[in-house]
Amino acid sequence: MTTIAQETAPLKRRKRRWEGLPYWLILPTVVYLGVFFVWPMIQGFGLALRDENGWGLTAFQTMVDDAAFGEAMSFTFLLILVIVPIQFVLAFGMALLLNARLRGGGIFLYIFLLPLAISDLAAGIAWSAIFTERGYLNTILEGVGAVDVPFIFLDPTSKTQLVMVVAVAEIWRSTTFMMVILFAGLQAIPRDYVEAAEVFGAGFFQRVRHVIFPMLKPSIQVALLLRLIFAFEVFAVVIALTGSGATVLAAEAYKWQATNENEHVAAAYSVVILGLSLAAAALVLVLLRTPRERRLR
Amino acid sequence: MALPRIGIGRALAYVAALAVSAFVLAPIYLITIAAFSSFDAVYEYPKNLIPKEATTETMRVFLDSEGVTDSLRRSAYVAAITIVVCLAIGTPAGYALARFSFRAANPFQLALVSTRAFPLIIIAIPLAVTYLRVGIDDTVYGVAMAHIAFTLPLTVLVTASVFAGISYELEEAAMTLGCNRLSAFRRIALPLAFPGVAASAIFIFVTSWNEVFAAAILTFRNRTLPAQLLAALDTSPLTYRLAGGFFLLAPALVVIFFIRKYLLTTWGRVAR
Repeated sequence: MTTIAQETAPLKRRKRRWEGLPYWLILPTVVYLGVFFVWPMIQGFGLALRDENGWGLTAFQTMVDDAAFGEAMSFTFLLILVIVPIQFVLAFGMALLLNARLRGGGIFLYIFLLPLAISDLAAGIAWSAIFTERGYLNTILEGVGAVDVPFIFLDPTSKTQLVMVVAVAEIWRSTTFMMVILFAGLQAIPRDYVEAAEVFGAGFFQRVRHVIFPMLKPSIQVALLLRLIFAFEVFAVVIALTGSGATVLAAEAYKWQATNENEHVAAAYSVVILGLSLAAAALVLVLLRTPRERRLR
Repeated sequence: MALPRIGIGRALAYVAALAVSAFVLAPIYLITIAAFSSFDAVYEYPKNLIPKEATTETMRVFLDSEGVTDSLRRSAYVAAITIVVCLAIGTPAGYALARFSFRAANPFQLALVSTRAFPLIIIAIPLAVTYLRVGIDDTVYGVAMAHIAFTLPLTVLVTASVFAGISYELEEAAMTLGCNRLSAFRRIALPLAFPGVAASAIFIFVTSWNEVFAAAILTFRNRTLPAQLLAALDTSPLTYRLAGGFFLLAPALVVIFFIRKYLLTTWGRVAR
């Protein structure tokens, strides 16, 4: 007995010595995020809720009274309404294609993933070269005889056209992000399930509708959630494509901070963006709720 | 979901995959030929979809423009700082999540995941105010610190998933053979985790290289490449914008090649 006790004593002590280790390992991350994430966020609310004269809602009042606020709000919402549904269908299709094990799938994988590493500013610049009056799209349209004179896509007087053009660039850039999440979800679906459905005579669309879609629901939820959150931050692509023809919430925040040098109104904008992101996230969670017992994992 | 080897379904799948590929590649191709054509070719209309000649005129003039090489250097510098600090403090936290069960593990992980719900915009504006007060406004360090705050949570989650994929038994075996915990980590876990950690370093690089909003708000004269381009959008000539856009986009072509496997396995899983 004594020998066992003697032998286990150092082991126990060693175990106790390591108990604090994980806390030491996460400490730097916790401290850093506390100082550079949590604290600035609290400060952000503080900035939005006061101005030079003291606490109050004057920053929000200034924000709402500015004509650009309504414009930025409606343009941001319009963009999201156009982009996210199209993007979801496209991302789902791309994930299915990658999952279909096509010959040359490696090359398709590489190409499909490319936009993930491309910034919204670069996307905006690239697409402006296409959509500009003397650009590539008009070259093609004129070449095939679809138009006689170059069509003005980036017409600052037509909000509808601007929304469509920005939507194309944003769909091009950010669909991959959704695809990655959906594809990971697809791969987690056991092949037996799909094959069983096939054996019982389910066609492609039936398999997608009755097997893949329900099992993919958690991934769909996350993909939509994150995409919606980021959608409210849309920024450089709009500026690059429309110039001053259109504005969005993040562009207004930038303008108030950098040009008007009023950090209170800029912070008010950022609080609005945060509020909308969280509301959208909550909406997705409620609409696509999966009962716990039906979850796959 | 295996499609039949031959048949209409499979043919349609190829057509769809080719169509999506064309959609993805077209803008990349067009900005690339524009960046490597002459001034005349950039401004001509109708344009040549297949370039007649490749010249470095547009590119050279862009690189010779005031502030461009400096902004490129700053962008690289910011990304380097972001990678080093993120990995230095994020990897240990990821290791802790993967290897130890401790009471704070779940709340910590949940907090990291939930940071993604908060836009960078809401921390960038207060940081600009604080930097001005502390005197680090308009510096690469300020931008890097914002980028670290933004990329650190994902770094921890990804490295945790990388370490979780490496059997702990190997480390335990090393420890019975005379390694202590640190040397077992250094000699066993770290080399095995290296490809995954390198992939997250590359992803951090891309995130930092591409980031526009915080960089534009936190700098004034010492701009990074995206901030420089954004500020010059309405004053610069088309050739400048296209060459700049190409520089911004070019790393993607290389980066995705190296991390494509990890993006699908690790990131797809972590994002959930």
